[in-house]
Amino acid sequence: MAETDAQGYVLLTALALPLLAALALLAVPGERRMAARRLSAVVGAVLLGLSIYVFLAYRAGGEVLQMQLRWPWIEHVGFLGENGIALRLGVDGISALMTLLTGVVAFAGTLVAWKLEYRAKDFFILFWVLIAGVYGTFFSLDLFFFFFFYELAVVPLYLLIGIWGSTRKEYGAMKLTLMLVGGSVGIWIGVFAVVHEAGLGTFDLPALWEAGRSGALSPEFQKVIFPFFAVGCGVLAGLWPLHTWSPDGHMSAPTSVSMVHAGVLMKLGAFGIIRLGIQILPEGAAFWMPALLVLGTIGALYGAIAALTQRDFKLISGYSSVSHMGYVLIGLATLNEIGVSGAALQMFSHGVMTALVFLLIGALYDQAHTRDLRDFGGVARVMPLWVVAYVAAGLANVGLPGLSGFTAEFHIFVGTFRTYPIFGGLAILAAAIAAAYMLRMFATVFFGPLNPRWRELRDLSPIEMAAAVLLIASMLVMGLWWAPFTDRLAETVLNLPGVTG
Amino acid sequence: MRDFTLFIPEYIAAGAAVGVLALELALPRLRKDALAWATAAGAAAWLIAALFYVGDSPGDFEGLLRTDAFTAYFRILAAGAVLATALFSARYLRDRTRAAGEYYGLLLMAGTGMSLLAAARELLTAYVALELLSFSLYVLVGYLKRDARSNEASLKYILLGAFSSAMLLYGISLLYGLTGSTTYAGVAEGLAARGGGTDLAALAGIMLIVAGVGFKVSAAPFHMWAPDAYQGAPLPITAFLATASKAAGFALILRLFTEALAVDAPEWRAAIAALAAITMTAGNLLAIQQTNLKRLIAYSSIGQAGYMLVAVAAIGYGDAAAAENASSALLLHIAGYTVSTLALFAALVAHYNRTGDESIEGLRGLSATQPFLALVISASLFSFAGLPFFAGFATKLLLFQAGTGAGLLWLAGLGAANSFVSLYYYLMVMRRMYLFDPPIGQTRVRPPALLGAMAGLLLLGVLFIGVYPGPVFEATDGAAAALFEAGAAAVARLP
Repeated sequence: MAETDAQGYVLLTALALPLLAALALLAVPGERRMAARRLSAVVGAVLLGLSIYVFLAYRAGGEVLQMQLRWPWIEHVGFLGENGIALRLGVDGISALMTLLTGVVAFAGTLVAWKLEYRAKDFFILFWVLIAGVYGTFFSLDLFFFFFFYELAVVPLYLLIGIWGSTRKEYGAMKLTLMLVGGSVGIWIGVFAVVHEAGLGTFDLPALWEAGRSGALSPEFQKVIFPFFAVGCGVLAGLWPLHTWSPDGHMSAPTSVSMVHAGVLMKLGAFGIIRLGIQILPEGAAFWMPALLVLGTIGALYGAIAALTQRDFKLISGYSSVSHMGYVLIGLATLNEIGVSGAALQMFSHGVMTALVFLLIGALYDQAHTRDLRDFGGVARVMPLWVVAYVAAGLANVGLPGLSGFTAEFHIFVGTFRTYPIFGGLAILAAAIAAAYMLRMFATVFFGPLNPRWRELRDLSPIEMAAAVLLIASMLVMGLWWAPFTDRLAETVLNLPGVTG
Repeated sequence: MRDFTLFIPEYIAAGAAVGVLALELALPRLRKDALAWATAAGAAAWLIAALFYVGDSPGDFEGLLRTDAFTAYFRILAAGAVLATALFSARYLRDRTRAAGEYYGLLLMAGTGMSLLAAARELLTAYVALELLSFSLYVLVGYLKRDARSNEASLKYILLGAFSSAMLLYGISLLYGLTGSTTYAGVAEGLAARGGGTDLAALAGIMLIVAGVGFKVSAAPFHMWAPDAYQGAPLPITAFLATASKAAGFALILRLFTEALAVDAPEWRAAIAALAAITMTAGNLLAIQQTNLKRLIAYSSIGQAGYMLVAVAAIGYGDAAAAENASSALLLHIAGYTVSTLALFAALVAHYNRTGDESIEGLRGLSATQPFLALVISASLFSFAGLPFFAGFATKLLLFQAGTGAGLLWLAGLGAANSFVSLYYYLMVMRRMYLFDPPIGQTRVRPPALLGAMAGLLLLGVLFIGVYPGPVFEATDGAAAALFEAGAAAVARLP
């Protein structure tokens, strides 16, 4: 059994800190908004620091699972045997990268939420609970806690969107919650089946991975159960045709929730497909991957085409997210090293890029109270910084070399061409459509004659600027110097069962 | 052996019941909440006495009653539920009635019945204990005699209750006729001596018993009484119905089905599995359209009974180890469910005492006027739905996992799907509390001290079981082990 190593406590801190922050905020009187904001900003900054540390301290080429911590929780009771349920934390290359993403996006989200006035304290409480759920899911090496934190990340969304949202918020919140929790039912069934079939009396993930690899879980069983995990997690990952919560949810959600949601939460779904689907049920994954590839490709194309026809900023980004998560699924479905690495890179790239986009949309909407593209024009004259940031995000979206999108999509395309050339071609077509909707937006909103209605628009505030710079810097680093990212992924990806070199 | 010291806790409870009645007769001018404190003190003494028996070696009374870890578990549950219900009732009843002695006396009697039911290992003893519980509840449900709904509820409960008791008795008599014995061990032996095979009399007897106990735990299609009884009953009694009375039904089921009827598992397990599936689905679907909070809770608790029956089905389908694991997970789930329900009612009674409104609509904007109560209500509802950090997440997951162990993946999956349905109507309640503004003119008020403190304490319990179920699970594991030790002879013969 893995022993606890000192770095494991870093993970525990990153997991406990947001929960403690939520508890501390409970004690802050509701009127003292400033105290709540400051506390949250400090927590966000510390978490960012911890996340960067986790990413950098993860040794490329070392053991796959690092920074482990194991606290026995319940064992030798009922059907639970040795190591029945344990709080076992640890990261591999993929989750180290996701940890970095969470730190960046959560801090940016905290900064953006600074200007929130209405029930600010309650907002931050739920926000931190959600972030704790996200970290917990990425860190958990125990199926019980994986599912625990996965659910924890989903549930606060109902109130976050329902209370602080905008357009049709109740509808969006309910639809999103029900679809995501509905997906959890699939995961839940998968958990029951896997734990029972493995017959180990434990929820320990590495033990279950071993059971899947060694054939203790029969190939027939794996083929039956894999869809439960893939579809259950796929709902959160925006898998077509179960993506419909995403545009509605994003349209209703307040800015920082959209950022965290599109930036990090959707990645939980793809991460779940890796952790539960590919790692526990490799045979099932190999069997079903072509189906996932088809759905991913449809999602990529459908999202891009839908984005092309939308006029609402948030809907465009919502559909663009569906399209980009489609790439992630395509990358995973290739089951080769380059493709799967590309999927992980795309998760990071899309996370920071889409967080930036939602930040910018929020900054505009808060002043203009409309998100219709046709209402705007010539915004570049009044909001130059805003436009620069948007162009950066847009170009990353399109996959311009030098920005993170290029790195990620390049890997995915190469990986796909190796195994499924036709689908590689279709994926590139989707990227071309992405260029079309982005350039259309640039043309109508940023340039052209300035609508006099918008003469009073103010540019990004310093706080928003700080958040934007953080996100743009992340995109640049991955775009220009991707070795630290790919090095950390290589070993992990090669060790995924069924992935070819 | 006649060991009269085994039931000292029950003597205390029954004695307190008589004492409370006498107290009101002797001092008719006494404030009615003083009776509640007296009842609570009696229940607390009962609870403490029960704790002394934890860890004792099993005691047997003439083969009729048995005290072991299983009995101790339900004793503590009964005493705790009576204690909580008495405290909930203090102000509620003072505001509404002039005579309260019978109410508190019967409450203690009902608890005593539950305790004895968990100890019973003989059909008629179990029947008498069950009727002690039921008759007390018939009166308690109709206690608000000027309230037409309360009367209606009581009448409906009595009529359907009597009907179900008759079915149970008929089933018992058939079993007695077949086996020549009424002790659980004797019934098991008699059934085994038939040498297997289905015969109509045994099947009819068992099915009548299934229907009878199905009524007691409000399993669909025997659930019709529950929504009306829950709605008409005084609010604290609704809490008692949803917790202690339901738990008592499962105490009876567990003893009966793991010992007396264990041999004939192939004859009842399919029926129980079907009952579980129908109950959880019907309960959760019917809950969606409710507008009255008490009815919503009634249907939600029907759904919960369905989840619990999954474990009973697992006892029938699994081998001895799987059956024991399922029982232990069921007891854990009952503990989590009871604490969550009591927390919910602590908050609801506090809300009702102030507003007198029991509609879901009446919770509008509660997060602004009574944020703490809104938090407790949300936590309890989330616990029912099985969301993390709250008791229901851990207990339901372990319950369904134990069911899967007996090869009932489809039923566990249906349970997971039903939890998802239930989340919808819980969210509709949450929506009223958090997304809507309170009616104009209502401002923030402090929660009442006693109920607020109880709600806080119970909320901590909900969180404790949800985050660290280990200690409770170990206790229920011990109780389940005792259950199977008592029925060891029968279980050994499980096909």
